[in-house]
Amino acid sequence: MKKHLFDRPRNVQRLLRSFYGFLILLLLVDVLVVKHGYFPWEEATAFYAVFGFVACVVLVLLAKYVLRPLVMRREDYYD
Amino acid sequence: MIERVPPAALFISGALVVPFVKGWYRQVLVVALPLLGFMNLLSMPVDTRLTIPFLDFEIVPLRVDRLSLLFGYIFHLITFIAVIYMYRMAETVEYVAGFIYAGAALGATFAGDLFTFFVFWELLTIGSVLLIWARKTREAQAAGFRYLMVHVFGGLVLLAGIVLYIGESGSLEFGRIGLGSVATYLIFLGIGINCAWPVLHSWLTDAYPAATIGGTIFLSAFTTKTAVYALARAFPGTEALVWIGVTMAAFPIFYAVIENDLRRVLAYSLINQVGFMVVGIGIGTELSINGAAAHAFNDVLFKALLFMSVGAVMHRTGTAKATQLGGLYKSMPWTALFCIVGAASISAFPLFSGFVSKSMVMEAAAQGHLTAVWLVLLFASAGVFHHAGIKIPFFAFFGHDAGHRVKEAPFSMLVAMGITALLCVFIGSFPEYLYRILPFPVEYEPYTLSHVLSQTELLFFSALAFTLLLLSGLYPAEIESLNVDSDWFYRKGARVFYRIADKGFNGLNALAERSLVNGLVPLLARLVTNLPVQSAVVFMSVLWRISGLRPDERLVEEKRIRKAFGTGTFSIGVFSLSLAFSVGLLFLFIR
Repeated sequence: MKKHLFDRPRNVQRLLRSFYGFLILLLLVDVLVVKHGYFPWEEATAFYAVFGFVACVVLVLLAKYVLRPLVMRREDYYD
Repeated sequence: MIERVPPAALFISGALVVPFVKGWYRQVLVVALPLLGFMNLLSMPVDTRLTIPFLDFEIVPLRVDRLSLLFGYIFHLITFIAVIYMYRMAETVEYVAGFIYAGAALGATFAGDLFTFFVFWELLTIGSVLLIWARKTREAQAAGFRYLMVHVFGGLVLLAGIVLYIGESGSLEFGRIGLGSVATYLIFLGIGINCAWPVLHSWLTDAYPAATIGGTIFLSAFTTKTAVYALARAFPGTEALVWIGVTMAAFPIFYAVIENDLRRVLAYSLINQVGFMVVGIGIGTELSINGAAAHAFNDVLFKALLFMSVGAVMHRTGTAKATQLGGLYKSMPWTALFCIVGAASISAFPLFSGFVSKSMVMEAAAQGHLTAVWLVLLFASAGVFHHAGIKIPFFAFFGHDAGHRVKEAPFSMLVAMGITALLCVFIGSFPEYLYRILPFPVEYEPYTLSHVLSQTELLFFSALAFTLLLLSGLYPAEIESLNVDSDWFYRKGARVFYRIADKGFNGLNALAERSLVNGLVPLLARLVTNLPVQSAVVFMSVLWRISGLRPDERLVEEKRIRKAFGTGTFSIGVFSLSLAFSVGLLFLFIR
């Protein structure tokens, strides 16, 4: 069978490594650039990075551990 | 000859011709209609007005201004894209319903009076429900019926509001209404139902994933965007909208994270995006209204692109469930690419369309010092990337290989997706063309270093969260399941009501049958039959006693009388006497 791009673990590793590399680069740029915003915290170092990360972790954990137990039913629940 | 053709007239008359045209002619017709309509629209100068006097009022079937033109452009554009996408796949009913639906959206958009607006508003429901029923599954049938009920109710609320409002204001004009009297609240709520406000939203997430593959493209574009247009027209700057919009932007992302059906994930993210528009209208500044309108324009494109790519997957594999998909980049690389462009656009990556419009609403919120609103919208921006930006492409095209070895999407689908993807990138890279057609002059510059950097940071660190959660196994596994939403109230609630009605009314029925039908009526019947013979026996036995008959002779006589009554053979004198006696008894009782 034909091997595709992400069938090789090496390629997945490469993708992940360049992704992490880009994140570090972003943080470096963040430190160097003078930012402007309407709120004081927008100018704090890496505010958006921290917000994005925390927001998504909170989102997923709340959805998984709070919302899902409340609302999940079998697929034939309404039948 | 009429100089100006209302866009709705062109589409709806086209819809009525489509069934009678077959083969290639039909293909040419359905592609030509939106193109002709678009040229017609381009020829209309701003502030064109077509008025028809009607009784004491003025009907305005065509009112062209910058706001209605913008929605007119995008509605034509998406119809054009949808008919290309549906080429050779759609049935007659889908074309007819699609053009009626698009025509209704255009009619409501260009309506200058509330009467015309209402007529087209109702037509929206008819066109859209046909697109749901056209799927012809039992599920689609039931979902379509629920959809119809909700929208008929919404239409009635709107109608009540309009009638009261005309009574109050004495004018049919469809302009700024604003919240004040009961009438205005009813109009507000009627529009809100079509806008999928929280709790009133579940018709959308219930029905859109049930529609036909092509039909969903139409559905994702028209109903909610027409409602956004109506809010921007009638209720700009209404503070309640800010909070309604914030809720809309925030809550669906939680549902989207745990939803298994990818079309339903997109339906939730549709509500989330409309939330940004509603906030923009609620803030009510020129920047925020521009932002809402621009985002509506962009959302029609990127949401359609996402629905088209998932639709193509469904067309090939027969499912849109995340649990049954994965690894499709191998066999559907172009579809995967277009899906990623749609995902990048909805997530507002720099150079993609969402970036240049969503930020206008965020900026307007910041300018108005709406700190809480701004923070929730930022949370929603990260969240939308999470569920629409990553989840859709990842679970459909990457992730665990589900083993589907299918063909790439049909060429027509690829063309439609390709055009849409190009438009998303074009608008994102050269926003000035979109800004030029917004309702108000634009002084906003999206491409500042701060903005590009902060947005990139937000998105990439959201992606980091996804990656780490997935690698650590904390990410919620997709499960074949159903998540209860506010439609529970009319789906289960209706059943509870049914059960109460069943037990209550049927119980009453059974009780009535036992006591009246089986009890009282036979009793009366027996009474009426036996009364003459009994009274005759009683009367005669008195006579027999007096005349000195023995008990056994009395018994023989009694048998004879009963037999005589049973067979109707007795002397007239006895019969009339006993009859007179029983009539006399009855008379005594009844008096």
